[in-house]
Amino acid sequence: MAVTRETAAAVKEVEQYKYGFVTDIESDKAPKGLNEDIIRFISAKKNEPEWMLEYRLKAYRYWLTLSDEEPAWAKLHFPKINYQDSYYYAAPKREKLASLDEVDPKLLETYKKLGIPLLEQQMLAGVAVDAVFDSVSVATTYKKKLEEMGVIFSPISEAVHKHPELVKKYLGSVVPYSDNFYATLNAAVFTDGSFVYIPKGLRCPMELSTYFRINEKNTGQFERTLIIADEGSYVSYLEGCTAPQRDENQLHAAVVELIALDDAEIKYSTVQNWYPGDADGKGGIFNFVTKRGACRGKNSKIMWTQVETGSAITWKYPSCILQGDNSVGEFYSVAITNNRQQADTGTKMIHLGKGTRSKIISKGISAGHADNTYRGLVRIGAKADQARNYTQCDSLLIGDKCGAHTVPYIETRNPTAQTEHEATTSKIGDDQLFYCMQRGMTQEEAVSLIVNGFCKEVLQTLPMEFAVEAQKLVGISLEGSVG
Amino acid sequence: MALLEIKNLYASVAGKEILKGITLKLQPGEVHAIMGPNGTGKSTLSNVIAGRDGYEVTKGEVLLDGEDVLAMAADERARAGIFLAFQYPVEIPGVTTSAFLKTALNAKRRQEGKPEIDAMEFLKLVKAKTAQLGMPYDMIKRALNVGFSGGEKKRAEVLQMTMLEPRVAILDETDSGLDIDALRVVSEGVNSLRSPDRAFLVITHYQRLLDYIVPDHVHVLAHGRIVASGGKELALELEAEGYAKYLNAAA
Ligand SMILES: Nc1ncnc2c1ncn2[C@@H]1O[C@H](COP(=O)(O)OP(=O)(O)O)[C@@H](O)[C@H]1O
Ligand SMILES: [Mg+2]
Repeated sequence: MAVTRETAAAVKEVEQYKYGFVTDIESDKAPKGLNEDIIRFISAKKNEPEWMLEYRLKAYRYWLTLSDEEPAWAKLHFPKINYQDSYYYAAPKREKLASLDEVDPKLLETYKKLGIPLLEQQMLAGVAVDAVFDSVSVATTYKKKLEEMGVIFSPISEAVHKHPELVKKYLGSVVPYSDNFYATLNAAVFTDGSFVYIPKGLRCPMELSTYFRINEKNTGQFERTLIIADEGSYVSYLEGCTAPQRDENQLHAAVVELIALDDAEIKYSTVQNWYPGDADGKGGIFNFVTKRGACRGKNSKIMWTQVETGSAITWKYPSCILQGDNSVGEFYSVAITNNRQQADTGTKMIHLGKGTRSKIISKGISAGHADNTYRGLVRIGAKADQARNYTQCDSLLIGDKCGAHTVPYIETRNPTAQTEHEATTSKIGDDQLFYCMQRGMTQEEAVSLIVNGFCKEVLQTLPMEFAVEAQKLVGISLEGSVG
Repeated sequence: MALLEIKNLYASVAGKEILKGITLKLQPGEVHAIMGPNGTGKSTLSNVIAGRDGYEVTKGEVLLDGEDVLAMAADERARAGIFLAFQYPVEIPGVTTSAFLKTALNAKRRQEGKPEIDAMEFLKLVKAKTAQLGMPYDMIKRALNVGFSGGEKKRAEVLQMTMLEPRVAILDETDSGLDIDALRVVSEGVNSLRSPDRAFLVITHYQRLLDYIVPDHVHVLAHGRIVASGGKELALELEAEGYAKYLNAAA
């Protein structure tokens, strides 16, 4: 009996992370470790112009001066990372692709398993997908249609060649190479990612979306995303991520930069489901990500929505710099930690322009032995007359071995500004579970229902198709969290 | 075969014996009322039947269609057709009444091998049932039981019951705190569900409810035992004379 139960539990655990498979595909790798030669190798592989290589080397040399200066202020515990023990470049072989038909069928199979229909005929109407597999962007769908409208949606490695003036102007303009330890590392070794430019006045009619997938063992993933919304334009962008199940920890250090010019709006949604490690905390992705948007123009708006269910460690603070007068920043977050997962996540809203407004809605859910911290900064500069912020942080605990922490910082240098902060902590009670189960729901359905209710306000901000996926994911990531 | 059979049931809470040998047989189509003063074990009995944690059954059996109910988990009991309208329904913040009803209904449909209910069909059903119970339809958009008045909570329990159409419904003091209009509406909801293949266990300590839901049998529960059983006239007698003589007899 006990053995049967153990087996059943083991099987369930395997099923729980359904993206934990590995694709058996030949890959082209740089030697292990990090030095200037590796950076030259990456740059050469991508056939980059000199200025790009120089940017990387500048970042790398700066990073060397930071050694041992990983940020230590977050409420996270993890062993020292040996940056020489990782591969910084891995690409599936046969990478020059003229069309989708040339994509390795095994890759297509992988994306199918991930639930991403890569071939256009199978695609959800209105979603264009850029898929990044380890270090290389494999295929960008709907390219033609977007091009006709003047939208540029391409791998950033391609944009470096085709639109150097845009990349040069904006890359590093929101997250400078010297920003922080991980962002500096990313600037030196980033391998691919997406580039988006929306021309003046265009409301991009389809969701743009990128899927990131770590497949190779011991590979870090360092993607770089740059999105520019020109005056009066609008774009909604979605990013999803998965990785195979492995015993070692793998590093993911991405940088995302958003730029919204006058009257432009960018909606950036993330469903992060990297492998979280097993129930005892073995394996899983270390997710150290720098995401920042600049509302450069007047009346511009940037809205971040994140659903963070995966990763062993999440260190992530999607932020907005509200430079333009009357610009708006919003941050909606659901962070779920189960078992031994740790998340330290939140946002920064930097109010510089007059009449700028920001809104922060954070829902942290903690189960098992997990730790979940909301860390946020609202800074109102001296010139930000009439700036407004509203912050709401809610924590939900499942069981009594997990932790929830709220660390809000508010700095106001303008007397006309108004900030408002609300916080709650609650627990799923046995009486609530019994009530639901008395109506026929399994315990897991009950937890999923209650948790989805708890984070509804955030999930509602996701594009429709993904909201449904995210709801399911919320349930799956909490399986086995009660009893 | 009885639909629900309780045989010589003993149960304790926190080491204290509350139920001391309860025997009851509900035939399909019957309505049984259980009356008794506060603290005699009425809610304990309903919780034990529904499978709430923290109650230890030390002796006896509960059978649904001859199947061992005590061996099932709470959710299995519910899907097998046991419904409990709670004396104190809990609040579920953030979960709309509508989402809750839909999830519960789909759990039942899954058990029956049916597909999930279609969104339009669901709305039609809820519209009809809320109208029948005199509830504003908009109530289903509110978080379940959050900020509901006592009467609204009880109506929401009855709404769930009429949607889930259980085989055995236990109503634990569903009448308490209801004004006369609400009482009538709730009773009509119950009566509309009365059918030859369904049974009710109606717990109350006011005979008033039994003017509306006319029982086939009335039992008096005192100190964890059924100390008297009879027809609906027993309820009238209790109303007139009180529980004193039964309490003394049981003590
Ligand atoms: N969870 C519990 N812990 C301790 N005592 C309990 C618990 N539930 C019920 N009891 C006790 O059991 C007895 C019967 O309670 P209950 O079944 O609620 O009575 P009734 O519903 O008839 O008013 C009471 O003395 C009550 O205090
Ligand atoms: Mg009671």
